[in-house]
Amino acid sequence: MVEPEFRRFDTRALHAGQHPDPSTGSRAVPIHQTTSYVFDSVDHAAGLYNLETSGHIYSRISNPTVAVLEERIASLEGGVGAVCTASGMAALHLAVATLLNSGDHIVASRNIYGGAFILMNHTLPRFGITTTFVDPRDPEEFAKAIQKNTRLIFAETLGNPGIEVLDIDAVSDVAHAAGLPLCVDSTFCTPYLINPIEHGADIITHSATKFLGGHGIAIGGVVVDGGRFDWDASGKFPTLTEPYEGYHNITFTEEFGPAALSMRARAEGLKDFGACMSPANAFYLLQGVETLPLRMAKHVENTKQVIEMLDNHDAVQWIKHPDHPSHPDHDLAKRLYPKGAGAILSFGVKGGRDAGRKFIENVSLASHLANVGDAKTLVIHPGSTTHQQMSDEDLETAGISEDLVRVSVGLEDADDICSDLSKALRASQR
Amino acid sequence: MLFSLNKKQVHGATGAVSFEGRSEPIVVLIHGAGMDRSVWSQQTRFLAHHGFRALAVDLPEHGHSEGPALGSVAELAKWIVDLADYFGESLHLVGHSMGALVALHTAGHHKNSVSSVSLLGVGASMPVHPELQEAADANDVKAAQLITSWGHSTRHHLGNNPTPGLSMTGGTQALIESASSGVLGIDLMACATYDGALGSAEQIECPVLFLLGAEDKMTPRKTAQPLIDTVSSSKSVIDLPETGHMVMIEEPDRVRQELLTHMSN
Repeated sequence: MVEPEFRRFDTRALHAGQHPDPSTGSRAVPIHQTTSYVFDSVDHAAGLYNLETSGHIYSRISNPTVAVLEERIASLEGGVGAVCTASGMAALHLAVATLLNSGDHIVASRNIYGGAFILMNHTLPRFGITTTFVDPRDPEEFAKAIQKNTRLIFAETLGNPGIEVLDIDAVSDVAHAAGLPLCVDSTFCTPYLINPIEHGADIITHSATKFLGGHGIAIGGVVVDGGRFDWDASGKFPTLTEPYEGYHNITFTEEFGPAALSMRARAEGLKDFGACMSPANAFYLLQGVETLPLRMAKHVENTKQVIEMLDNHDAVQWIKHPDHPSHPDHDLAKRLYPKGAGAILSFGVKGGRDAGRKFIENVSLASHLANVGDAKTLVIHPGSTTHQQMSDEDLETAGISEDLVRVSVGLEDADDICSDLSKALRASQR
Repeated sequence: MLFSLNKKQVHGATGAVSFEGRSEPIVVLIHGAGMDRSVWSQQTRFLAHHGFRALAVDLPEHGHSEGPALGSVAELAKWIVDLADYFGESLHLVGHSMGALVALHTAGHHKNSVSSVSLLGVGASMPVHPELQEAADANDVKAAQLITSWGHSTRHHLGNNPTPGLSMTGGTQALIESASSGVLGIDLMACATYDGALGSAEQIECPVLFLLGAEDKMTPRKTAQPLIDTVSSSKSVIDLPETGHMVMIEEPDRVRQELLTHMSN
């Protein structure tokens, strides 16, 4: 029996999108620290500006170092293309701004990163885009919330901070039945743990700042174009299916077919909104992606040990992680995430807000900061930091209780992580 | 561009340049099995701004053209002749894989309809692996995976696309997956059963350009040689190293320039 032969994931994490530099032989991806690129001729310049020929014009639109990262992530996710951005939030904004217009509507999971919630709940309405938030565990809620003007379904593959597991297949079925694309943020998973496109997602966003980079030294984001959504058949996306005067009346679906979204996102979104990734940050993030499979395997292994420790600790009220049997999505997680459902968990400290504060103040190895997905173990109290702008009601809706502590399990020796967290938990009870 | 041919709707990309009021020569770009106009995305717009009316056409039942799919190379060639008649002039034909066979047959048997022909990823015969045909007939995604796997050179499996941010293999697979039910199987059968390549090549009188990938696994380079040897009209052969079957995706810059040079001459 013949089988298709593709380079495997670990190989593509190291090589996709790059060949050794032909002029210098440089094996590593060079940092093309340049704003602009010399044209061969006036005709060449005109061709580049008119999307007739491929290449680089100005690093706000594209850059050779950034392009390697884009192609690498597209390859790892199984998409047709990717566009890197200045941050994960810029990636979400780029996806929304490329597809939606004033008067349009989003149906989104209510259990999403606080910054994404604020964008959709408070900021986008200023531009005429409204959002209805629903329970990500109930695909029917997505269906019921769809309006005539809905243009996007959005959720996180693993919610934040409750780690709700999205049934991507079921929600994508709901979206597609309504002629809508499903956009998922897969920051907590990375393509190592799941390829959402295989489950029906059409667009993927990442904060590359997190596990993709892994080192906590560079901010960046990426939009991955799955290339499977039929924009023409949907008839709801004029930015892709009707002539765009900004580029001599190009119709992106007509000319670029499956890559219409990524081409428009670059040609309009990066060019006009300008939230591009710097070449130096792309270089840093590439160093992280090269070891993504090794790191993610260790992240999830360490997480299993932390869960076991917490499970047996007297100061712990509850644990939220899909690999824990008590998690309501445990069975779904076993199906979607056979390698493990990520390295971010939350738990409740006995004693509520005060005990939570004491816990945070008594960790010594883990770092108290507003990030996840670092090589180092991180802890935070979302109610007072990442989600502080949300009202009590919104916090409750998002499943964030005052005793909730979020842990991003790092790559230290698992025994040391467990020891640190255990000591801080004991201290929290004094 | 949308228009009606033989009472069926035909769709194609023109690089967003209208044909109306223009008199430049027309180049028709013909895609391969299970694909559509967008496989020429790196050439159409360029040609449309360099002295040609460019039409990357969706063959019947492909892309947005109305069906049904045509089941043989000869039928597809007749459809191209109808296209030339519709425009009222001879065409420059650029074909890839199945589209190359269609261009070849049209040039050999309908000489008045063709000004020049450019053949990419072509062989004197195009046998289809039975398991590929079986998967295509069953609308199994494995067919798209096999074509994607075999269609790109070892080098280009890892990408490094000159078009920033696009995945060569990802784009090819998504494009084939988008084909209407049953279309890929019909196309592959048309390729496998076509036995008129050398006969067509013998008849050709217009200039011929061959653009061939050295690592083409679907139409290996050696299978193009009998065609090259048979063509007696003016011909150019461009061998592209480290390139597979998806020539216009893997080497978009070179293909653009070679097509322009060939057709401008």
